[in-house]
Amino acid sequence: MSITYVNDDGYYPSNEEHPRWEHEGYELVVGLEVHVELATRTKLFSSAPNRFGDEPNTNIDPVTLGLPGALPVLNRQAVELAIRLGLALNCTVQKSTFARKNYFYPDMPKAYQISQYDEPINIDGWLDLPDGFRVGVERGHLEEDTGKSTHVGGAGGRIHGSDYSLIDFNRAGVPLVEIVSRPDIRHPEQAKAYVTELRGILVAVGASDAKMEEGSMRVDANVSVRKPGADFNTRCEIKNVNSVRSLGRAIEYEARRQVLLHEAGEPVTQQTRHWDENDGRTHTLRSKEDADDYRYFLEPDLVVVDPGIEWIEAVRAALPVLPSARRAGLAAITGLAANSEAIMVVTDRGHDSFVVDVAKHGGDASITLKHLQQLPEAAGVPAEDVAKLTTMEASGGLTATQAKQVLADMVDAGGGDAEAIATDKGFEAMGNTELESMVDAAIAAQPDAWEKFCAGEGKAMGALVGAIMKASKGQADGKAVTALLNAKKS
Amino acid sequence: MGVGGDSLRRVPDVPKISAADVSKVATLARLCLTDDELTTATAELSAMLDHFADIDALDLDGVEPMMQPTPLANVMREDVEGETLDRDEVLGQAPLVEDGRFRVPPILGIQE
Repeated sequence: MSITYVNDDGYYPSNEEHPRWEHEGYELVVGLEVHVELATRTKLFSSAPNRFGDEPNTNIDPVTLGLPGALPVLNRQAVELAIRLGLALNCTVQKSTFARKNYFYPDMPKAYQISQYDEPINIDGWLDLPDGFRVGVERGHLEEDTGKSTHVGGAGGRIHGSDYSLIDFNRAGVPLVEIVSRPDIRHPEQAKAYVTELRGILVAVGASDAKMEEGSMRVDANVSVRKPGADFNTRCEIKNVNSVRSLGRAIEYEARRQVLLHEAGEPVTQQTRHWDENDGRTHTLRSKEDADDYRYFLEPDLVVVDPGIEWIEAVRAALPVLPSARRAGLAAITGLAANSEAIMVVTDRGHDSFVVDVAKHGGDASITLKHLQQLPEAAGVPAEDVAKLTTMEASGGLTATQAKQVLADMVDAGGGDAEAIATDKGFEAMGNTELESMVDAAIAAQPDAWEKFCAGEGKAMGALVGAIMKASKGQADGKAVTALLNAKKS
Repeated sequence: MGVGGDSLRRVPDVPKISAADVSKVATLARLCLTDDELTTATAELSAMLDHFADIDALDLDGVEPMMQPTPLANVMREDVEGETLDRDEVLGQAPLVEDGRFRVPPILGIQE
């Protein structure tokens, strides 16, 4: 699905504060088209199973194969998931129709794909990246997937120079939502963050398992470059990007390629280019001039889908809390930034609710978050046990290192009393008097470092802390040591 | 399409569609037309478009476009698995088969 943009009227003013990719005085303009396979039991227009990994051509029926007389009947659950996704992306859900997109390809036996064209189910939404950058969502429409081609012979299974292709129709007819962003993205990192955030939303609302490596989430990037403030230049569409990391690399490569062309006074030709992971470049394939003349027309075998306010509001009411709100919740109880790495990682693993549970049991949220980031298995330990452990650590009864070891024991045993485990391991809380004498000894042993530290040279602290940690055999609490040093300085 | 026989037979004064247009559509539909067939198809398609020109002449301001001939909406089925076809029976009708899949000539050119 390609949409021609005349200008970037939809670009959000607040995005101006965010970093932009820049090269030789050019800026980057990216819009993303993401295809997502919906997690239904059956296909979009027939009752054949929608299952990944089955024996080839076993999940097929007359509709899947486009046999004469076979008629499509719309899957209600696919519509429900599409609405769920649209609402999660702040879209307007509207009355929609299906159209035939006509083209010939062996993985599509009907010689047309049933898609939504001028009346998609979801329009005009947006997605906020964790750092607050807002990307407009043009539309999110329903369509059927094609079969899967395997190219045999030639150079390593590539489409070019292959001897023949093998077709498996299990995937044909699987429901897809294609989410088309506005061309708001200005940095490869934003494109990566968009896909990562979208995946989080898809999983959270149960619309898809969104696995790029299995192809249940596929990303195409429309890339162009321009002088800031100028009209959009011709774009190229990058396909065959199989990971978030590759997406960033492919956009960066393509943007630089186009800057070179502009600087050389050569035209950028609108075309589809394939990303090659092996050589780190995009390549063009021979494409026929009329290839994108799809002669859309209304699908006569299907009727209008008009979800109506009741259905839409019922879906909205049942939406789960989205990742952005969950991160905000963690930020509130830990005091960390919502887009800090610890919060991003723990929320992405779905362990944010565990941190909330520990806090409810009186535990320390930020200490819990730190441990969970390093030891995801800790989310399986009873929250009250972790709460007690973090309370001990927060009050200085255990050092961070000791707490980590106690937690590892809890993971192995499926829980346990932090105090008992600590005593068992011989972890005695280091008394303040003992610690203070170690600090004094370190200062006496390194008067130069102490002088520099007092003069405000932060680096000098490292030498002092190092000596204290060594003297305490790693049992001293780093925070307490720092606090003591600072207290003695003033 | 509800095109009446009279309209089809009416020869338009000015062709609504050129032979080049028809040739392009034929190519997109993978049809090989002889010159004679192209001439015939051009005349016939022009006649059809001529018929729609009659509709264009009507004052249809305020009339909602009719997307479907029936007033039906929301015809849907539940997400329940049904029967599938027997793979061997299906593949048995294909000219070439390999590894449980349909074998087709190499794909070049049009990308999707």
